[in-house]
Order: sequence, then C-alpha cells, then structure tokens
Amino acid sequence: MTALAPAALQSAPATSTPGGSGIRERSLTWMALPALLLFVAFGVIPLLGVLVLSFTTWDGIGQIHPSGFTSWRAVLSDPGLPHALWVTFLVMALTWLVQTPMSILLGAFLAGHQKYREVLAVLYFIPLLLSSASLAITYKALLDPNFGLGAGLHLPILAQDWLGRPVLALGVVIFVVSWQFIPFHALIYQGGVRQIPITMYEAAVIDGAGRVRQFFSITLPQLKYTIITSSTLMIVGSLTFFDLIFVLTAGGPGDATRVLALDMYITGFQANLMGPASAIACILVLVGLALALLLRRLGGDPSASQLEGA
Amino acid sequence: MATATTTPTATATASGRTSGGRKAPERGSQMRGTVRKNWAGGALSYVWLLIVLVPIYWIIITSFKPQSDYFSSNPLAPPTAPSLTNYALVVESDFPRYFLNSVIVTVGSIVPAVVISFLAAFAIVRGRGWALKATNSLFLMGLAIPLQATIIPVYLIIIKLGLYDTLGAIILPSIAFAIPLSVLVLSNFIRDVPKELFESMRMDGATDWQTLWQLAFPLTKPALVTVTIYNGLGIWNGFLLPLILTQSPEKRLLPLGLWTFQGQYSVNVPAILASVVLTTLPILVLYIIGRRQLMSGLTAGFSK
Repeated sequence: MTALAPAALQSAPATSTPGGSGIRERSLTWMALPALLLFVAFGVIPLLGVLVLSFTTWDGIGQIHPSGFTSWRAVLSDPGLPHALWVTFLVMALTWLVQTPMSILLGAFLAGHQKYREVLAVLYFIPLLLSSASLAITYKALLDPNFGLGAGLHLPILAQDWLGRPVLALGVVIFVVSWQFIPFHALIYQGGVRQIPITMYEAAVIDGAGRVRQFFSITLPQLKYTIITSSTLMIVGSLTFFDLIFVLTAGGPGDATRVLALDMYITGFQANLMGPASAIACILVLVGLALALLLRRLGGDPSASQLEGA
Repeated sequence: MATATTTPTATATASGRTSGGRKAPERGSQMRGTVRKNWAGGALSYVWLLIVLVPIYWIIITSFKPQSDYFSSNPLAPPTAPSLTNYALVVESDFPRYFLNSVIVTVGSIVPAVVISFLAAFAIVRGRGWALKATNSLFLMGLAIPLQATIIPVYLIIIKLGLYDTLGAIILPSIAFAIPLSVLVLSNFIRDVPKELFESMRMDGATDWQTLWQLAFPLTKPALVTVTIYNGLGIWNGFLLPLILTQSPEKRLLPLGLWTFQGQYSVNVPAILASVVLTTLPILVLYIIGRRQLMSGLTAGFSK
C-alpha cells in the first residue's frame, strides 16, 4: 500500500512543465483526484444512495424492489421514530450541558504553563485512546450490581441496577460519553484560552477584577468561537454514539437508549428492513446538516470558525 | 495558527522549562496560579483526574487478578498475587489474529488516506480553478455528515464490488471517511507556509511535484503526525464498519473481537479486561511518541 500511491503518481512530473500556468493548474487538479474519487465513491454516492434506497424494499441480501413511499410511510407512522428522535435529542442536550461547562473550566485551568498542569493534560487524554467497545465493556463490568464496584466496596449507592432502569441507563450513557470526551474539548478550550491576549488580563488586574470576574468578563466572551467549534463537534458527534450504546445497553432497557443511529442499525441489519432503515438514515443526515447549519448561523462570522460548512 | 509569540512575558512568568520544543500558539499564560493560587480550579482538576484514573486503575489491576479473586477481593485493592493467566488466556485465543487484522486495516487505511489527503490539500491551497474550489467545498460538507447514515449504501457497494467479508471492505470506506478532516487540517498548515518559499522554489525551476515533497512535506510534518494519529485512533477503534462489512471470525478486528469475547467469557471479567489492555497498548505507544505534535496540531486545527 505504501509504495502503491506514490508509484502511481510518478507520472505527474512528466505532465507538469513549470512556467505555463494553464498546465500547472491542470496537474494540480489531478493531485486532488484520488481523494476526490474515493470520497465520491464512499461518501457522496452512498449519501445519494441512501435517499434512493429509502424508496425501495430490500432485505439486505436479495433483490432490491422500488416501492415508492412505502418505507417512508412505515417509518413516519411508527411511534419508534419520535421516541428515537427524543432520545437522540436528550443525549445530545445532556452531554452538551455536562461537557461544555466542565471542559471550559478545565481548559482554562490547563491553559496555565505550570509543569503539573501539563502532566494533568497528558493523563486526561487517556480515555480518548480507548475504543467505545472497550469502554462499554469496562463500564458494564464496573457497574454490575452484583459483582461491580458498588457490590465490592459495599456501597449500596453504587450498587444500583445501572443499566436495568431507563433513567439510570441514560445517565450512564451520558456519563461515559462525558468521561471520554471532556478531555478532548478541554484541550480545545486550552488552546482557545491561550490565544486570549495576556494584556486583557493585566488590564483587568489593574482595574481590580478578581479571578471570577475575569473569567466571566474576559475568558468566556473571548472563547465565543471556540465554544461554537467545540459545540459543533459535540452535537454533530452525538449523532454518532452508535457503538458505545450498542455494546453498553443495546438500546435498552426496552428502548430507553435507542438513539436514531441505533434505530437505523436495528431496523436495517437486525430486522432486515433496509428501506425503512434508509429512511431513518435520511432523517439522521437531515438532523446533522440542520444542526450544523444552525450552529454556523450562531457563529455569525463564518470565516472565524475552522469548521466552515460543518 | 502559527501566531508569533509576541509576548515575551508569557514564557517569563510561566515555567520556561516546558515551552522548549513547542511551536503551537504559546501565548498568554494569564499568570493565573502564579499570581495567586487558583484553589477552585485546582480542586476541580484533581477531582476530574480521580474520575479519569479510577476506572483505568481498576482495568489494570483487575486484569492481573485471578478470576477467583475478582469476586472475593476488594475491587480497588491491588492483586495479592498478580498473575499473567488472563493475558496468557487472551494470547492463546484468537486475539492475535484480530490484532493482526487491526494492524493491517489501520496501516492499510492511514497511509493511503494521509498521502492522498496531503496531495489534495496541496492542490487546493496551491492550485486555482473551479474544480478545486468545488472539491474543497465537498470535503467541508463531508465534515457535517454522520458516518453511520451512509452505511447501508456502503454495504451495498461493498457487496457489489465482491469485497464483502474482506479486510479491503473496511479499508476503502475508512480511507474515504478520513479524507475531509485530513484535508482540512493539512490545507490549514500548507496555507501557513510563506508564499515566498513557494515562489523561490518556482524560480529555481522546481516542478510542483518537487515543491510538494521538498517544501510542503517537511514543513507540514506536525500536521501529518496529527492527522495520522487522529485517524489511526478512529480506525483502530472503529466498530461499525467491521460489524457490518465482515462476517467470519477470521476477519474480525479488535473492537469487534472484544465484543464477542464479552459474549463468550462474560463471567471472566479479568480476561476481558486483559484484552482491553492489550487492545489499547499500541495506541498508547503511538500517543506517547506523537503526543506533542498531536496536541499542537489539534489546538492549531480547532482552537481558532
């Protein structure tokens, strides 16, 4: 694989004679082609394909039959859809509410250059290295009401049936997500805080502003665009918590944690209803795009955000 | 990014030791904590450290406990007689095969993904014309689309290509999904290379191809490391693509293998945790090697 890509491109210098800008442009466009082709094949075409498939009937193995609006009618009349949308929204809103304040505070603290804060940042990052599957398996064992941490330490409060009760299971999902991703967002905020000109704080100190006052009058307003970037990543990312929830609760108990992405998987690959599953996928894409656009609006000046269009 | 460090006070007040090998936006250190101790922030950060480390500590000590100890001992006490039985059990299972599969898929995806993203980023920054502009917009749009949503057509395409239940089935979409963010981060870095350097290369009669490898490539190294680790992490830990695009046990990757382990040895928690440790180890090594560049690359990419 390593040798393949550069070898295939060895012909490039032959076509690009320096000087003539027309030829140069063409050769440069050609450099973007491999990425473009792969992205079109496995990104753009599937995106259109999901729309097409939502108007068909397919069991995942046999023939695909066009079937008009059958799938859409089935999906839109299923009470499972509003429920999945609601759970998705809950997970999104609650993970945002937990993660954002925590990440900003930790990020602002980590922005200091003291050695021990650097060490803290290194340790904080470890949860990000674990896969969602590993995490889900770990927390499942850790929270087991009979053999987990609570039972072992004889702490009844920790020995709840965490994954067996709807509200608790949702809480666990939100906790595990926060546990994994707060460090990442804290890091983004750390970078954001470090870009705030130090003179602003010096002026505030001369004016007699305390640390809390500095935080609310300087740090927070200056972080506006960082907050939008981080929130965009959090919110669009929350649509993709498929694997964690799949392994941790499989959507249960009942359908308490059945988010949209999981609903799509279960409908398509367990119930073998690819048409309705594609319709759910379309809804997922629409939700993602709508949220991204909304957040971009909130950002005001789009050039200030790194994730243009996202 | 690449903001010049215009405030010499920043390094003076903060510990100068730490800012040695960094290039990232090292600016105002706010003098927090040096002027007056920030007790509240300190307390919060140590509470969070505890929350982060307790589960990790538990994973590690439990993976060295014999299965019988797991049910009887205090869960947070270190093992009285640490044993490697769990690790032996994991290594003797199908785990090494899953491990090899994961290595093949991760390396086989990242190397082409980073190379073609780098080429595309260079073309987008240095080239002109509507085609490149449109390509760039397409990639940016790709950042907003949740991967899962396209999985059913991807599954169909993989079947039609005759790749179902092969490692290639995971590699191709993994490359494609890595492209948008990689191009974004890399093009941001290439854009920061002073235009004069490109011009002088051109004056010397260098082709674009030479400029690409001799100028842009070395100057973009931190971004390349960032993109490699970031994508490597995502692919190594990926669950959905292997779950849907493969079927046979010989083609399983680690996360999927862990999931089936958990079904098989549900009572043997220490063995499962030993496999969690072994799964994470390569990523940990990669993180330790590339940490500084990853951090500065991520902050440069997102913290504007």
